[in-house]
Amino acid sequence: MLIRYSIRRLLETIPTLFIISVIVFSLVLLIPGDRVLVMLGYSGGDIADVISKEVYAAMEIRLGVNDPIPLQYVRWLGRALQGDLGTSPLHAIPVMDIILARLPATIYLALASIILGTLIAIPLGVAAAVKQNTWVDHLANGVVLFGLVTPGFWVALMLVLLFGVYLGWLPTFGYTAPQDDFVEFLRHITLPTIVLALDFASNVIRFIRTDFIEQMREDYVRTARAKGLSERLVIWKHIFKNSMLATVTVLGFDISRLMGGSTVIESLFAYPGISFLLLQSIFNRDFATVQGVVIFIALMVVFMNYLADILYALLNPRIRYE
Amino acid sequence: MAILDVQNLTVDFLLDDGGTLRAVDGTSFTIDSGEVLGLVGESGSGKSVTALSIMRLLDSQADITAGRIIFDGEDLAQKSEAEMRTIRGQRISMIFQEPMTSLNPAYTVGDQVSEVFRQHLHMGFGESKRRAIEMFERVKIPRAKDTYGKFPHEFSGGMRQRVMIAIALACGPDLLIADEPTTALDVTIQAQVLSVIQDLQHDMGLALLFISHDLEVVAQMCDKVAVMYGARLMEVGESTSLFAGPRHPYTDGLLRSIPRRGQPLTPIAGTIFDLRSPPDGCRFHPRCPYAEDRCRRETPELRALEPAGDGRLAACHFPLAGAGAKA
Repeated sequence: MLIRYSIRRLLETIPTLFIISVIVFSLVLLIPGDRVLVMLGYSGGDIADVISKEVYAAMEIRLGVNDPIPLQYVRWLGRALQGDLGTSPLHAIPVMDIILARLPATIYLALASIILGTLIAIPLGVAAAVKQNTWVDHLANGVVLFGLVTPGFWVALMLVLLFGVYLGWLPTFGYTAPQDDFVEFLRHITLPTIVLALDFASNVIRFIRTDFIEQMREDYVRTARAKGLSERLVIWKHIFKNSMLATVTVLGFDISRLMGGSTVIESLFAYPGISFLLLQSIFNRDFATVQGVVIFIALMVVFMNYLADILYALLNPRIRYE
Repeated sequence: MAILDVQNLTVDFLLDDGGTLRAVDGTSFTIDSGEVLGLVGESGSGKSVTALSIMRLLDSQADITAGRIIFDGEDLAQKSEAEMRTIRGQRISMIFQEPMTSLNPAYTVGDQVSEVFRQHLHMGFGESKRRAIEMFERVKIPRAKDTYGKFPHEFSGGMRQRVMIAIALACGPDLLIADEPTTALDVTIQAQVLSVIQDLQHDMGLALLFISHDLEVVAQMCDKVAVMYGARLMEVGESTSLFAGPRHPYTDGLLRSIPRRGQPLTPIAGTIFDLRSPPDGCRFHPRCPYAEDRCRRETPELRALEPAGDGRLAACHFPLAGAGAKA
């Protein structure tokens, strides 16, 4: 049943993916100026001085800019499906290679933020719901408010000032791969992780608390208590699983956001993930890479939402039959 | 021997505006081992609150402010939460009105039954599963083995209520509280579920507190009946004699409002009062066709009536003769 459901949901992502591909493809058409010149790395001055007519014509043919647009789209899609996102004119290497080189940094940061965020959010959100109007609830409320009202870049700057500048405990920018030096990796990832985890946790705490309070009023909770179960079992077995049904959906959305990388945080910490790559590529007018990164991030979001749906089906026995 | 002896139970609810509402007011009754007591009354009369008080499962804004709940010689009102947990589900169980929502939608019905064995009898998974399947057989769920791994949404209301009964009776309790167990079910299903409860009550020698507003069901199920109105008990007596000759005008009114072929329906005039501002004197006097001045001033106590010996109690200054005529 679950397998059939997984396949059906996978097929349902196709229209979304199609629309994404059209939008990403159109990005290149929308670029102001001459695509051929951009691909040739031209950025100002008199054309004739720099590029010969022959070179221009050769690039024109290679890009196929004079073909009908639908044909160009099909050709581009065909290549993209085979993992060929074109070549970066700036780095002269395939865009796919650039993305794959940057991807681990973003994934590590996302995973670290999700783990830290979840470790904070679930106990705090549940405790806030179970012990309403006590100090735990106020603490959770404080974390939520702080996370919601303070922009990530401000928190990042404050952390840099405190831990980087005044205390000098942690590096404030850059990245070391875990296989090179694990301790350095942790030192570099700590500050951006705290910023992203705080944002993630404040979203999730708010959601869990509300949903948990709602679940606690359900009849099945009274049944669980009438069985003589301990409060620990009532909360962490009976209510928790039901509450996770709703929370997984929110988690899926937030996780997919993190997996796409945070442009602000990655650039602030000069953290070489794919979001930072996107920003650099935009500044460098490296449109092939921009296109590649955008489609990659979009795919990531679609895929993570898909995973959240499957997880939801695993938790909720009712969904598979609907 | 009374397994449950409720004495002067009083439950207050704290309202949002700071006021209080007395949902149960000085209620006393007993249930013997193996006896079935029906608790009847309109919605809001305090039946469910009485039941939840015995289980000590009242909401946080409700409080038992007076009275004792003597169960097997010990006062439940004085028990700690930890002590209550060893009683609930093991010695006193409860089934609820809403079979569609009373089971946890995220767990299999098998797990929800076997959990009780693991909690109270400290069984392992294999043993508790075997016992759960046995319970499914006892509540006459067809294909008990296949049932174990199914989820509540795969069952009808009647089958879910059987699962609830299996949960409640798993540990062989001394007392079962059934709070309108069949109200939400179709009439044919209702009869089936009632017969399951009746059979098991008989086999296990259970004491049963059966809460209902359906007088015909109560007449069929119960040895004794207690009639509640506006948080107070109005009349208590043996089921057969009470239905044959009610002594309290409220009970009389209730019986007259049952539809019978060839007889005009006579509902009780007026509506139930607001519990926040109960009337002085007898609470039923504004709706009572026999009310006199004394009824408006003096609150009648629940007391034994003449002729003594039949155990009939009524809270009325001017009880009926027993055949429906005014004494």
